[in-house]
Amino acid sequence: METKNIMIVGVGGQGSLLASKLLGHLLMERGYDVKVSEVHGMSQRGGSVVTYVRYGDKVNSPVIDRGEADYIVSFELLEAARWLGYLKPDGQIVTSTQQIDPMPVITGAASYPDDLVEKMRATGARVDALDCLKLAEEAGSSKAVNIVLMGRLSHYFDLPDEAWQKSLEAMVPPKFLELNKKAFELGKNAQ
Amino acid sequence: MKQLMLGNAAVARGLYEAGCCVISSYPGTPSTEITEEAARYDEIYCEWAPNEKVAMETAFGACLAGKRSFCAMKHVGLNVAADPLFTMSYTGVNAGLVIGVADDPGMHSSQNEQDSRHHAIAAKVPMLEPSDSAEALEFAKLAYELSEEFDTPVLLKMCTRVAHSQSIVETADRVEPAMRPYEKNIAKYVMMPGNAIRRHPFVEERVRKLVEWAETAPINRVEPGKDHKIGVITSSTSYQYVKEVFGDTVSVLKLGMANPLPVKLIQDFAGKVEKLVVVEEMDPIIESHCKALGLAVSGKDVLPMEGEFSQNLVAEKLGGSVHTGRSIQDPIPPRPPVMCAGCPHRGLFYILSKNRCAVLGDIGCYTLGAVAPLAAMDMTLCMGASISAIHGFNKARGAESEGKTVAVIGDSTFMHSGMTGLANIAYNQSNSTVIILDNSITGMTGHQQNPTTGYNIKGDPAGKIDLEALCGAMGFTRVRVVDPYDLKACDTVLKEELAADEPSVIISRRPCALLKYVKHEAPLKVDPVKCVGCRSCMKIGCPAISIKEGKAQVDATQCVGCGVCEQLCGVKAFQSTGKEG
Repeated sequence: METKNIMIVGVGGQGSLLASKLLGHLLMERGYDVKVSEVHGMSQRGGSVVTYVRYGDKVNSPVIDRGEADYIVSFELLEAARWLGYLKPDGQIVTSTQQIDPMPVITGAASYPDDLVEKMRATGARVDALDCLKLAEEAGSSKAVNIVLMGRLSHYFDLPDEAWQKSLEAMVPPKFLELNKKAFELGKNAQ
Repeated sequence: MKQLMLGNAAVARGLYEAGCCVISSYPGTPSTEITEEAARYDEIYCEWAPNEKVAMETAFGACLAGKRSFCAMKHVGLNVAADPLFTMSYTGVNAGLVIGVADDPGMHSSQNEQDSRHHAIAAKVPMLEPSDSAEALEFAKLAYELSEEFDTPVLLKMCTRVAHSQSIVETADRVEPAMRPYEKNIAKYVMMPGNAIRRHPFVEERVRKLVEWAETAPINRVEPGKDHKIGVITSSTSYQYVKEVFGDTVSVLKLGMANPLPVKLIQDFAGKVEKLVVVEEMDPIIESHCKALGLAVSGKDVLPMEGEFSQNLVAEKLGGSVHTGRSIQDPIPPRPPVMCAGCPHRGLFYILSKNRCAVLGDIGCYTLGAVAPLAAMDMTLCMGASISAIHGFNKARGAESEGKTVAVIGDSTFMHSGMTGLANIAYNQSNSTVIILDNSITGMTGHQQNPTTGYNIKGDPAGKIDLEALCGAMGFTRVRVVDPYDLKACDTVLKEELAADEPSVIISRRPCALLKYVKHEAPLKVDPVKCVGCRSCMKIGCPAISIKEGKAQVDATQCVGCGVCEQLCGVKAFQSTGKEG
């Protein structure tokens, strides 16, 4: 199988590490070769962060380059737009509609572009946009946005539900498991 | 057992399996997780040392005593530890000694992009260079065999993409080596001139033997391509990019050992291909070696010295197929890292900015004090430089700068190499004002304990150095402690200490807002009726505050209720939501 590429993008501190751990576990359990490349250190302090998840028969590079991503999973709208160039021609974006102003916008040096979902769609990108923060809060914690997004992403994968559940159980601490299972379902089933 | 493992965790696993017993390190991205992961194995004694030099000397002591030992650091940390390294090359080891060093091409979290292979060459010690987690585990074990066989410390070089990528590894059981006997050996271990003169030829002979080993070592392997037009010599993560782009269409010589480099192996490989290309990130080390052998080679004539490589970059420069992407027309504002909402550094930096201080900075989260709108930093160089440099700055400019210049340094950085600079101020008497930003943790690298926190790497109670007493013992009579959430107190203390006619230390003390034990206040909200949109609260650059339709607005998911913004509001528009976070 040709290597498939998933990018998880967002703002440092939003919880992308758990999402990539979950995907890594899920895909390895399915028998794929997997590489996951993370960012630690300074960018985690509120900067733009990106995690690469690659899987297939044999994966070499740990990173995903321009025009290569089958999926971009985004915690924040501006970040989805920032990494749009990495999407394959027929790639799929799954994004939360949350907007977090970066410091240049806060200081007034730049402005946050409007209508980003429409503008991304106008480039031919398939964009699935969802208010994941609202769903996460509904599940019981604003921190569960990562799992809401994973639930949404599961739509596009031809994998049995049990496989996702098994990886959730393996990666999420027991006391948060119910909350995260609910978040996963809410993301998966949202209209 | 097969597992998906972070490169740094794979190094830790390799250390465990090789029977490593003692690890002493100083945290530094991207090396930190090696020691954190190793600390999960009860069989290994692990600690955070105050700095890399201390860590390396501790590891050396343990290897001298007869146990396999290890220390880890980032590339710039190896500069700090270069002193013991260069002479450990002469003494050699008793039990195996491995040093993990992690480079950061692209500077994800570093102040420079230096290539640590230069240190291996200069110190004449072998360096292994894994390209994924499986190799990280395997090479960590191999490093101990080499260390003991060739009587040398061995460098294990990681880079960001190997250290912070997960890939699949096969784990094995730990093999506990017997403790080696300790025998007094003055000629080998006491490096005074007479002995060192006799050890130097041993070092040169060892390099020759290691070159011989490198000629046939399985970790330096040829992967023949479908034709012989292009031969690529590569290593580390660059190897992965080359394979990604060219698969088996080109011949590849994959070098697992960065120093010393083989001679005959490279000459034979070069002789079998029409065009020889070296693909290596950062400096042209392999390329220079090839040129010294008289080989025609391409490398940095097409590939950059700066930044990280990727598959598209390798394809673009070497004639592979490049993928392109789309974009929207609107400019995308950058999102640089910022101090977190509730960061205790923010209040203090606001006061420094307000007082128009010249700020000599240091390495840590607080380097972000340089970012607009605070922009309260004039210099950042290396660990500890803030304190040494303010002394020089004030000696050069005298009273003119003494009253408006400060050094800022974190608690961990102060323990690392700030104390010696402070001793210089105490000894050579400049009227300098030093601010220790004590957030009770090593922050930027992801919360490691240090000698001022009172806890060890496992979170158990440990020795705790009293900063006030330490400064007092050095002779500072003006040592003040302030809460950086209290702007008025910070302003008063800063003005008093800058005006004082003797050197002073201000300890700005409040734990990092991200620490689990720190209890947050309820988020604040803005009363839109009271808010006049004056933007006073925007001067602190808090990521939780923005202006929407002319009024300030607080993002309740980020706000921790620190109340610094509230102190800047002239119309009392901020109020508590009463819901604790």
